Amino acid sequence: MRFRSPEIPDAEVDWTPMIDVTFQLISFFMFVINFTVAEVDQRVQLPSSPLAKPSEEVWEFPIFLHLTTSGTVVAGGAELALDEVKRFLLRETELLRYQDKSPDQANVIIRADSATPMELVQQLIQTCRDAKLENFHLRAKEEKSTRGNSPLGQ
Amino acid sequence: MRFQRRFGQQHATDIDMTPMIDVVFQLQIFFILTFKIVAPEGDFNIKMPLAGPSVSTPIDQDLPPLRLRMEADAAGQLAGMALNQTPFESFDALHQHVVGLIGNDRGPDSFQESAQLELDFDPQLHYRFVIDAITAVSGVLTEDGQIVKLIEKIKFAPPRGSP
Repeated sequence: MRFRSPEIPDAEVDWTPMIDVTFQLISFFMFVINFTVAEVDQRVQLPSSPLAKPSEEVWEFPIFLHLTTSGTVVAGGAELALDEVKRFLLRETELLRYQDKSPDQANVIIRADSATPMELVQQLIQTCRDAKLENFHLRAKEEKSTRGNSPLGQ
Repeated sequence: MRFQRRFGQQHATDIDMTPMIDVVFQLQIFFILTFKIVAPEGDFNIKMPLAGPSVSTPIDQDLPPLRLRMEADAAGQLAGMALNQTPFESFDALHQHVVGLIGNDRGPDSFQESAQLELDFDPQLHYRFVIDAITAVSGVLTEDGQIVKLIEKIKFAPPRGSP
């Protein structure tokens, strides 16, 4: 007696669920992608505030200064001592003049670490004022919770 | 003579999905690699006009500025604060006081528009307490997430020990 081997059907992978999920993922990433160049620095941990909402207006000629707790300033990709910031600012204001703009049209965005002594913030602001800059924005990260009763020293 | 009916014969058309899947995966890898989780950030505006000789140049001469004095301990923590000599135990109490001061006086030429606050702090005070103070005096967050402005003109007193 002869036996016939059973016919094995061609195994086909059903790609439909995988393509569905992949398209869902692409849609998600397309919605959340943000092409704006966020000026952040891991060395600086911003304080939080419920009023620190992302601004709808885009600052004209922003100059980002990241102030660390040790008093160094991260600006233009380099870590500078406070007395070196003046040279950086002069370069920035020179660039503004090339564009027929004055320094008072620039916006200095100070991203200071939450534990930075205010003395250093004051020194940085004074350095900026020496470079004829006068618009300052103190940056904080948005706090989702509502305002709490914050006792002193906590 | 018999003709074969060719028109009725239909072949199953297979779409080659491989290029599309390739492109889709390329896209997905691009999006995954460029995905950054950045916490939303906002700014508090401080205007420091250069017209005057010092940092403490009054923004508006009409009203004397409110003066918030903030004292720090040696570690930079907040040790005490007083608004025009009135001490406050918490930022929440300060906030409630400022809300009471501003009241419903809003609009052009109102107290809310002309009020100005000078922050005077010890040099070692940490930055976060100043942000907390600015938060307490500069606005109210409503239930629907809108910000109702309180004092908008905020400036820093000259550094302690400076001429």
